[in-house]
Amino acid sequence: MIVENRTWTGELREAVSDLTPGVALCVVFLITMFFVAMFAPWIAPYNEAAILTNESFSPPNAEMWLGSDYLGRDVLSRLIYGVRVTLSLSLIITLLSFFSGVGLGFLAAAFGGRTDMWMSRINDAMLSFPSLMLALIVINSLGSSFVVLVFTLAFIDMTRVFRVARALAVNIMVMDYVEAAVVRGEGKGWIVWHEVLPNTLTPLAAEFGIRFTYAILFISALSFLGLGVQPPQSDLGVMVKENMQALLYGEYTTLYPAFGIAFIAISMNVFVDWLLQRSNAKLPDEI
Amino acid sequence: MSLWEIVRHRLVLGVGTLLFVSVLVFVGTEILPGDVAHAILGQNATPELLDQVRERLGLNEPLHVRYFVWLTNFVSGDFGASLANGADIGTEVGRRASNTLLLALSTAVIAVPLAIALGLAAAVKPGGLVDRAITSTSLMLISFPDFLVAVVLVTIFAIKLRWLPAIASIRPSYDVFDWIRVLILPVTALTFTILAHMVRMTRSAVLNVLSSPAIEMAILKGVPRRRLLLRHALPNALGPIVNVVALNLAYLISGVVVIETLFNFPGLGRYMVEAVTNRDVPIVQTCAMIFCSFYVLLNMTADILSIMANPRVRYKK
Repeated sequence: MIVENRTWTGELREAVSDLTPGVALCVVFLITMFFVAMFAPWIAPYNEAAILTNESFSPPNAEMWLGSDYLGRDVLSRLIYGVRVTLSLSLIITLLSFFSGVGLGFLAAAFGGRTDMWMSRINDAMLSFPSLMLALIVINSLGSSFVVLVFTLAFIDMTRVFRVARALAVNIMVMDYVEAAVVRGEGKGWIVWHEVLPNTLTPLAAEFGIRFTYAILFISALSFLGLGVQPPQSDLGVMVKENMQALLYGEYTTLYPAFGIAFIAISMNVFVDWLLQRSNAKLPDEI
Repeated sequence: MSLWEIVRHRLVLGVGTLLFVSVLVFVGTEILPGDVAHAILGQNATPELLDQVRERLGLNEPLHVRYFVWLTNFVSGDFGASLANGADIGTEVGRRASNTLLLALSTAVIAVPLAIALGLAAAVKPGGLVDRAITSTSLMLISFPDFLVAVVLVTIFAIKLRWLPAIASIRPSYDVFDWIRVLILPVTALTFTILAHMVRMTRSAVLNVLSSPAIEMAILKGVPRRRLLLRHALPNALGPIVNVVALNLAYLISGVVVIETLFNFPGLGRYMVEAVTNRDVPIVQTCAMIFCSFYVLLNMTADILSIMANPRVRYKK
């Protein structure tokens, strides 16, 4: 059911006024990061690939605010481009997994019976496979490229989204108003679009945030292992890996991207937590 | 269904899952663009040589035949030889698996009691100061990439203070104290990667039990809070908590892979990452099967324990 007497802007204004300072800080940080990602070429002081000095891990200075990396490139510029790669890959992965996972999950819930049973069974079988292992096997066979990473991680995430979306939708399908719609003679598509979707929107939004964070952490871990984004391209995970040596020189170069990932993930999780508490919504399970 | 029938059913399902996993591992690693023969010969591949190698490795057999040969070999402990140097994988896996097991067990021994204690402490007074501190810290920890805590620990304890080694390589001459010195940082880092989830889920499992009618009755009787928690709630929450612990130990897999790589620890995880980098298929298959079996068995154990802990199932005829 859609509550008609509320406008989109009104809801947004109300939500903004509900933000606690901590949550607001996280939201502002996330928005800033998205702007940085979008306008990286204009914001970054240097080209990410330009070798500016022949000194590895030079300390922060007036020209290079965060110093240079192991090849003498500007760390700040590389961070800005790294955020761009990490966020855009994660966003594409999450969007793909969401459209497929929610679509199939709703389909299973709407049709029920045999269809639901088989779809859930296949999905459960996929879930019995540890996600990192699945990714490693695919990368072993196909090598690592943006396309392979995006589709593999989107597929892995899809199995998780399917389960959540199906569980949420099954709870709606047994409601009286759905039964009323069935009696009225509405089709399955209408019911999914007009009853199931609006009533699962908040928990799905929260799940989107969780999956997005998960994609960021997953892709960073793969890149850190040297199996994700491949040089000369780099994301934050690659930066952590290639600058590990800096620690031996007493520089903190490797910590900037590592904390960058953590801050983005923390902000997203705090926001999701707030969203769930505010709407009193619950996700089907805590994993 | 009686308890044993349910457990037996779950065991059968577990074996089925293992078979499914083995098919996926095999098919996933065998369907390469260019087969294993190409991978071995690389630049030297001439059609004649390719044929020879394919013949020797049995690659001309159909896929399902090769799968059964591979599976029977795997189950009987014959993992084949590395493509890179022809060394027997079994010996290497044995050595590395025991290292990884030591790492994982040490982590579990520390993380599990700590997580249960913290989860309980948080559940004592939901919304209280302790709860808020524990919940928000764990939310933060969940958001950390697996390598973050490790990198910070290395920075502080290995580089700045020089108390502990930054690299956890193992020498045969090591005695117990050397081992402990080497393991402290990896184990601590690994503990952080699995702790947060376990704490959060323990907390919600206990809170779930606390909202049951039996506990409400105990509260109304005037049972003191501490006694209520330890004598009334904890025994009932034990099933869910055991389930939570088993499920979360599965997080050890990705943790182990990242932490071993970071510390250069000679374990199964790093072995697998190196093999994936070199496309050494038999090693990837073996490691994937070991990790996946561990995961499937843990999930199965979790399910069976929670079935057994549920009195409604246990006492049903």
